[in-house]
Amino acid sequence: MFTTKSKTVQWLGALVVAAVLAGCGSTVPLDSKPVTVVDKSKADGAGQSAGANAVAPVAVKSASLGDMGPENVGRIVYFDFDSAAVKAESREVILAHARYLRANPERRVVLEGHTDERGSREYNVALGQRRAESVAKTMLVFGVKGNAMESVSFGEEKPAMLGSNEGAWEANRRVEITYR
Amino acid sequence: MAEYDRQGSVGQPPVTGIGRRQLLGGTVSGASLFLAAPAAFAQFKVEVAGVGLTQRPFALAPFKRVTQVPVAVDQVVIADLERSGEFRQVASASGELDENTRPNFEPWRAVGADALITGSINQVAVGRWDVRYRLWDVVRGEDLGGVSFPAQDSELRLAAHRVADSVYEKLTGVRGVFATRVAYVTADGSQNRLWIADADGESPQAALDSPQPVISPAWSPEGERLAYVSFEARKPVVYVHTLATGKRQVVANYRGSNSAPAWMPDGKGLVATLSLAGHSQIYAIGLEGGRPTRLSDSQSIDTEPTFSPDGKLLYFVSDRGGSPQIYRMAAGGGNVQRITFSGGYNVSPSIAPDGNRMAYVGLVEGRYTLMVMDLTSGAAQPVPGALDVESPSFSANGRMIVYASRTKGRDELITTTVDGRVRTRLLGAKGDIREPAWGPFRD
Repeated sequence: MFTTKSKTVQWLGALVVAAVLAGCGSTVPLDSKPVTVVDKSKADGAGQSAGANAVAPVAVKSASLGDMGPENVGRIVYFDFDSAAVKAESREVILAHARYLRANPERRVVLEGHTDERGSREYNVALGQRRAESVAKTMLVFGVKGNAMESVSFGEEKPAMLGSNEGAWEANRRVEITYR
Repeated sequence: MAEYDRQGSVGQPPVTGIGRRQLLGGTVSGASLFLAAPAAFAQFKVEVAGVGLTQRPFALAPFKRVTQVPVAVDQVVIADLERSGEFRQVASASGELDENTRPNFEPWRAVGADALITGSINQVAVGRWDVRYRLWDVVRGEDLGGVSFPAQDSELRLAAHRVADSVYEKLTGVRGVFATRVAYVTADGSQNRLWIADADGESPQAALDSPQPVISPAWSPEGERLAYVSFEARKPVVYVHTLATGKRQVVANYRGSNSAPAWMPDGKGLVATLSLAGHSQIYAIGLEGGRPTRLSDSQSIDTEPTFSPDGKLLYFVSDRGGSPQIYRMAAGGGNVQRITFSGGYNVSPSIAPDGNRMAYVGLVEGRYTLMVMDLTSGAAQPVPGALDVESPSFSANGRMIVYASRTKGRDELITTTVDGRVRTRLLGAKGDIREPAWGPFRD
């Protein structure tokens, strides 16, 4: 993009003159192309504004957890890798919550789906959702009304156990049964 | 992998006469150098992986200044150009040269520079500056034009990035992305922060601070707003957040989960994944409220939607074929085509601004690998060296991709040229750093 040889030679001539006139490393005034002004500054007439890249900080709080629902009953349902199928061993826990919800029709349960850390965060939100919906379907079979439940997903964002190993992954593939 | 030294003393044979033409794009052959970043820890560090990499040599004479300037504008310009992987600085002892001075080209030719940047930084009022530069074709001794960027104190780094963008465009014909912004998330215990930084990782500002996770930031087309998923309500809810004011709007808080927001190219609405149907499906959502319109129609997971730049196609991930793969459909739904066929796990599509290439994450030999597919031919290639990848995002000019990587238990953000030859990495101060999203051009 830069040059042809003949132009270079012409310019060398000019430079020799310039160098003689101005001395090496010094300069002559320029009267060629004008400088284009590109004003994207957010400064206003009154002086300093927040600036074109200013970001206003926001701090938010977390919603609080409700109470824990039935006593002496587990509230975690575990899943196999890449699976949303409720395992036979989990049916007892789900049934206990279903009985509690049928006996306390004013209570609302939230089924929070979780995944292990492998793969896309967004795809894992969808996988966790599938696990939560799977527990909700089992609850429906056990007679819980659909409007007493909400299935949501945290994907891989709230691991129960930190670490990148099979033990942590197993602990994190779960649905937590919570009450609001 | 080599790191690149901005001091430029490496692998530079003496240059004379015509021989220099071969060097116009001198090669960096495995030399391992370190970019001595003078400033904050957060800056992206440059690494050069390619052998025979073509980089154009440029020089910058210190900009003329009368008063103390709070930002090292010259250094920001040099670092920007080098981070692109397309340029390398050749140093020469020089006094200040402003944009109104015709330089003596001889010393710049002697060090092998193709282009020379001169300029000035003048204080025009209290806290108000005029940053000017002029670009010279050193070989021809030709004036390639100059630009003035007015700025206030808080905009001086931005003005420096604009100088670099302007130089980059004059020399390559492609618009630069140095004045764009990058959003990313850090998580440290229960402190989750959404950050907005310059494209070089500097000047980070926290837009959101939450005890619950934040994921999936997505820039609005004009670059003033972000959509994202926040779990502060103990479920995933989609917000739109105006950065300059801090105003937040809940745009999707439906029963179940609300996630994976992507902007319509006109900025008037979003698409997102909702579980209203009892499983994850893609919906269109207006910013003014109204009922979401269901766009995908399967009994499977459909998520991670993203539009083609012309707004006509919607790319997304679905496991309708038994494993997660990338598909596309008409923007209003229907006419679904599968796009990825190789491998059992292909997710997180990002479409290049020209609409012809797609970056995504594929599971290849057990590693989550950054892939780039030519959408016209369907041919896909891994980006060399880009492993353990999450959340790839194209730069606005399509020349680079930013992604998150977790290696050896440490999270970092990486930018790479699409050919994988030049990478930069940004380490978090502590905790995890992830979910990068490269912002659009801003006018």
